[in-house]
Amino acid sequence: MIYRIDPELAFRQGLWVVAGVAVFAALVLFLRDYRALDNVKYLLGVSAIVLLVLPALPFIGRTINGATLWVDFGGPLVFQPGELAKVLFVIFLAGYLRDNREMLSYGAAGQGRLPSPKHLGPLLLIWGGAMLVLFQTRDLGGALLYFAIFLVMLYAATARWSFVAAGLALFLAGAFALYRVIPHVQDRVQGWLDPWADPESQSYQLVQSLYAVSSGGVFGSGLGNGILLTPEGDPYIPFLETDFIFSAIAQELGLAGGAGVILLYLIFAYRGFRISMLAQDGFSKLLAAGLTAALAIQAFIIIGGVVGLIPLTGITLPFVSYGGSSIVANFVLLALLLMVSDRVNRGELR
Amino acid sequence: MNPQLRRLFLVFCFLFVALIATATYWLWRAPDLEARQGNPTLIVRELEIKRGLILAADGRTPLAANRRRELEDGRVWWLRRYPRQSLTAHAVGYSTIGRSRTGLELSLNDFLTASNANLSTVIDTTLDRLRGIPREGNDVVTTLDLDVQRAAVQGLARSCGAAVAIEPSSGRVLALASSPSFDPNLVESDFDSIEAITAPCRPAAPLLDRATAGRFVPGSTFKIVTAAAALDTGTFTPESQFDDPGFCILFGDRVFNFSDQGTPAGFGRVTLADAVENSINSVFCNIGKELGAGTVLEYAKRFGFYERPPIELPAEEVLISGLYRNGRLYDPESPREVDPGRLAFGQERLVVTPLQMALVAAGVANGGVVMQPRLVERIVSPDGDVIQRFDEEEWKTAVEPSTAADLTAMMVRAVESGTGVAAQIPGISVAGKTGTAETGVAGRNNTWFVAFAPAERPEVAVAVALSDQTGTGGATAAPIARAIIEAALGRNT
Repeated sequence: MIYRIDPELAFRQGLWVVAGVAVFAALVLFLRDYRALDNVKYLLGVSAIVLLVLPALPFIGRTINGATLWVDFGGPLVFQPGELAKVLFVIFLAGYLRDNREMLSYGAAGQGRLPSPKHLGPLLLIWGGAMLVLFQTRDLGGALLYFAIFLVMLYAATARWSFVAAGLALFLAGAFALYRVIPHVQDRVQGWLDPWADPESQSYQLVQSLYAVSSGGVFGSGLGNGILLTPEGDPYIPFLETDFIFSAIAQELGLAGGAGVILLYLIFAYRGFRISMLAQDGFSKLLAAGLTAALAIQAFIIIGGVVGLIPLTGITLPFVSYGGSSIVANFVLLALLLMVSDRVNRGELR
Repeated sequence: MNPQLRRLFLVFCFLFVALIATATYWLWRAPDLEARQGNPTLIVRELEIKRGLILAADGRTPLAANRRRELEDGRVWWLRRYPRQSLTAHAVGYSTIGRSRTGLELSLNDFLTASNANLSTVIDTTLDRLRGIPREGNDVVTTLDLDVQRAAVQGLARSCGAAVAIEPSSGRVLALASSPSFDPNLVESDFDSIEAITAPCRPAAPLLDRATAGRFVPGSTFKIVTAAAALDTGTFTPESQFDDPGFCILFGDRVFNFSDQGTPAGFGRVTLADAVENSINSVFCNIGKELGAGTVLEYAKRFGFYERPPIELPAEEVLISGLYRNGRLYDPESPREVDPGRLAFGQERLVVTPLQMALVAAGVANGGVVMQPRLVERIVSPDGDVIQRFDEEEWKTAVEPSTAADLTAMMVRAVESGTGVAAQIPGISVAGKTGTAETGVAGRNNTWFVAFAPAERPEVAVAVALSDQTGTGGATAAPIARAIIEAALGRNT
């Protein structure tokens, strides 16, 4: 798909995929027992936050399109540490929630009150830190993604909807406060609520994306026949090869192709949760569920954004969008999931 | 933990189904979206059509033409080019991919792309498509006379303003110029350079068609309307006597004359004709009070105020003239809401376009009948058949012919010996009226000249308006109007 938009980008994407596969192979070969990660979970949690803070630092941080998400070490070394932080964050949560799930679920259920601050503290702290960083970097899609991962894993660990409800309420309150303060957020929400109010600038991307989706029809215009580029060779939709890749797919492959992609993510989610269910220990279960949820939620947020179901935020579509950090991070995610699955199978064999 | 996981998976199923449902919804809405301006699907489909030319009044000189461009895959796109660059930018407009369309390119799009469907065109286009021949649009012949247009553009030069020239007997718009202008060829390729255009006004707004949508205060040029009301109602005659103390009392305050010649003192005993000649505010102020705001506004409406002039431009590019309140057109329910004295000499929140004032002049020139203004002469098919001819039509009957004759005589005097001497042309009697409207900020006057000539058998009516001026209408706008009239009359000799 990227080749269709920009052949040169596609070549670079190819290199990134190679790099991703290499990292994938290295992880599988050298990380014998992924459960060792459990022992360093606090370190990983802190690294996740450090990675998230990096772009906000002077000199190496780069702000692109209103969001401070990139780290630039000069030359081609520009990357989005947030993508990798996502994986680390899931590992941390898996380990932490495994240790404390009993306290979190029964502490409150049994005695009718909240779990003690001792158990809740580190969790809220890490999470709050991540949130703060995300808000500070203006990465709404990222904030939403992290929060959703957090809620999914919390629910998986504790089976308590009340946590989810409380979390959602908290998120909505936070989002509203943010909406009042940050103009960037207001633009996005206004553009989502009424895309036709200002199709020339504010909601230009969304409107163009909707045009693309709607013009695809059921079977699309066929690969290479969509109207993606202006006569000057620029895409109609800025960030077509990253955030808006789904619009391009929907136009050229139609509803059938778009739904196909969505179903692929659903199959991935199915396989992921299945691995999680079959896994023996709590850490593996939570890890698999968290990684699966991370990928599926990310796909939902960006596809939902470009079809106008939820406000538009700029994150990549896993394995489809252009973006080196995203590709490598998702291969890491996949590697971990594979290792959990592998362990499950060996367990069954034994 | 497994029950939770199962439930979570169901939640994901639901979310993804919602995604597919939303995508399907947009598919269902596709016909709606397709019709929207700015949808590249539609624009690209139209790029495969060879758009019709837009031609000047001579029927030969192209104002908008096509540039063939072959794509890598063998398809051919027709892109627009504008050989005359900024000369007719506002009236012709532009048709681009990135910034959609304006002007005649927008309002006549159906003709230019031959999508003005009737049975025979539908059959033709289908046959053409089957034979692989590019669909060809119809040519538009405008009424724009490039000599007159050039005189208007050169006259406006570096100032901010607009000029309109109309043939009074037919309503043909000979020139429609707005300054600063822009090169429509750059809209697609280098829009930044258009945004960087500067002018002695802020914002420079080169894309705004000041001729049809510029907001100007009419000032003394509105006295033509007031005088028309005064004469046509029979309340006054050109010889009616007034005593001019040099000011007029409005709500207990004295409003002093602003004579274009800077005469501070009163003129003493004068006639209505003298008051037009020398643009005496106090006299008009008293006429306004005598007639009442209702009558003055009624005559304004007879000249076309409070209605969008039915020119072939997109409605959003043509402003309605009248009283404005908080940026909105405002038709007072009771005349008492309006100060008749200030209204009579063209202040009091009046906002007019140069097009409207040209129509006032054209109406007077045409014996009181305002012809429908039009920019298009005819539409011609690629085979050379005339598809549609735009006929002369009466739009408004403003005043009796005798009133028009009286007004003409007074306006001739204003040019012969009054405020408009700068518009004199040897051997031709020009009828004109100056205007210098204060906007409340020094150096920001709107200056005007509204005229027609020759007075006996008018061939052209002109309105020139400039903003951000320090001088008077007689000094700044009248010479431009004279050049336009000379160009228009030169055409016929």
